[in-house]
Amino acid sequence: MATKIFKHLQSSIVPLPIENIDTDQIIPARFLKATTRDGFGNNLFRDWRFDKEGNPKEDFVLNHPNYSGKILVAGKNFGCGSSREHAAWAIADYGFDVVVSSFFADIFKGNALNNGLLPIQVSDDFLKKLFDAVYADAHAQVEVDLDNQFIKIVSTGEQETFEINPYKKACLINGYDDIDYILSNKQLVEEFEKR
Amino acid sequence: MGQTLFDKIWDAHVVSSKEGFPDILYIDTHFIHEVTSPQAFDGLRQRGLPVFRPKQTVATADHNVPTWDQHLPIKEELSRYQVDMLTKNCAEFGIELYGLGHQYQGIVHVIGPELGITRPGCTYVCGDSHTSTHGAFGAIAFGIGTSQVEQVLATQCLLQQRPKRMKIEVNGTLQKGVGAKDIILYIISKISAAGGTGYFVEYAGDTIRSLSMEGRMTICNMSIEMGARGGLIAPDETTIEYVKGRKFAPQGEEWDKAVDYWKTLYSDEDAQFDSELYFDAADIEPMITYGTNPGMGIGITQHVPETASFEAKEQGSYTKALNYMGLHEDQSLLGKPIDYVFIGSCTNSRIEDLRLVADFIKGKQKADNVTVWVVPGSKQVQQQAIAEGLDKIFEAAGFPLREPGCSACLGMNEDKIPAGKYCISTSNRNFEGRQGPDSRTFLASPLTAAAAAITGKVTDIREFLQQEELVG
Repeated sequence: MATKIFKHLQSSIVPLPIENIDTDQIIPARFLKATTRDGFGNNLFRDWRFDKEGNPKEDFVLNHPNYSGKILVAGKNFGCGSSREHAAWAIADYGFDVVVSSFFADIFKGNALNNGLLPIQVSDDFLKKLFDAVYADAHAQVEVDLDNQFIKIVSTGEQETFEINPYKKACLINGYDDIDYILSNKQLVEEFEKR
Repeated sequence: MGQTLFDKIWDAHVVSSKEGFPDILYIDTHFIHEVTSPQAFDGLRQRGLPVFRPKQTVATADHNVPTWDQHLPIKEELSRYQVDMLTKNCAEFGIELYGLGHQYQGIVHVIGPELGITRPGCTYVCGDSHTSTHGAFGAIAFGIGTSQVEQVLATQCLLQQRPKRMKIEVNGTLQKGVGAKDIILYIISKISAAGGTGYFVEYAGDTIRSLSMEGRMTICNMSIEMGARGGLIAPDETTIEYVKGRKFAPQGEEWDKAVDYWKTLYSDEDAQFDSELYFDAADIEPMITYGTNPGMGIGITQHVPETASFEAKEQGSYTKALNYMGLHEDQSLLGKPIDYVFIGSCTNSRIEDLRLVADFIKGKQKADNVTVWVVPGSKQVQQQAIAEGLDKIFEAAGFPLREPGCSACLGMNEDKIPAGKYCISTSNRNFEGRQGPDSRTFLASPLTAAAAAITGKVTDIREFLQQEELVG
């Protein structure tokens, strides 16, 4: 089955300079009861975003009128904790195509890639530059080029290259799917079982 | 050059390894539960695929289940629907389900080992990060996302890049009152909640070797809390004795053959690890966390760190965590009043945990200000506890023994810690809201939790044990 394709993007960014954001913050367990993949964006960062009565908390960045865009930029060790793919679904469903951090938890990174959400790991220095850029100008544009594997702050031209597994890169650019790939090797699997 | 235990098991499960591609890794057993599987089954239906190896798939309901009056229908509609969906999916795809009411139902990481499904040298995955628990048997076991659950259902394989290898050795004698939970909380506090990211950990050393299987499971369970993909411990006589005679353990000749193989499962002396860490067991105090990730832990007599001890860019997150917890820098937690005690979860809900707690609280009473929940990890643990009379000891102390499930570990079922309340918990995560919106969690060992239940406040279990020795 084809999955979401990602190649290139230019957008403003949403800053979330908090470290160790775990998947319980991205989507709390009590919202994991849905049996489809849709609608999780409504509860993205639920307890940081809304008060107990469900009113938006003004001081949270997603409720701030100045910040919007398709790129979420967060502190290090983003996506730690639970393996819930609902975290990646919630971020993508809300409208983000890219998450940038100086460090990602392994399972989250895999889940994101399997949903056409590109996790970009940058240096501490570049992360700081991104935060500086967005706090200087909330509409600062950032360019992401997957083919050439770079992320660039458009106004200053500062850029950094990022790593991605070549197979996963091909999957994102072409919309390939892991299951199709393994099924194309089904004979090998059956031979393995006979060993 | 010699091989690590991890590489021996990985290599034995590689179906295909191609330059530029992740390996195709064969999965011996796939555990599933109600929360992370429904979308995977939907995916199979959309693709028109069957479950490739239904007999190598084992299901149970654990996250959503109530732990009181389990014989009644689940009250909350969405929870009930999710559990019903699992039943329906298992029936449609031919998967064995140990559902609510079944004699083998329980937390997925408790039932696998106790049924003898978890064995040395095998590969296990589950849509649950604490799948690392099964590594205690000398197996490769790790958590996966739902797209990968679908992948394993469809192919019994997983596309996976080989992680780096880390060895963590703990040597020496533990102090009285210090156990497996303290060891792992100590390690995570030293290397941080991200210190193991990108690695698969092998735990070694004579302290680890001296632990029971239950203790080893507690250690491996929390590997993910340092970011590691998983953790494992080489099998030995303790492992073999534990597996022997269990329901799905090999029998007769098969057993002998299996044991011969298991005895080859260790890291060769000259095996190279990408990282090696060494700790001295004597340095480990009873541990407690003060913050909002499992790396934020201290010895129980230590003080909450000062903000200035962190780098400038970390101070904002640190202050946010302390504010959430209602604590301040340089504070001692000893004597801090608590409201709830939770003894349970896939980290600490096995029979040994319940025995340890029962032995300690026998003849004591819980403090009036505390609500205590003791939640067995499985139906079998519950039955065993009752057979040994532990339920009577718990009841006499004011700790009713509940029914099996994930319970207050994750604020998804009826067992939630109310906003603002402090819970000393034997579970694995102290994230904001983990045990319920605005709940505040102190992670600790079963003994430290039990001591707090008796005194109503954070307590050094060693003082208790010393006094009891004096009284004799």
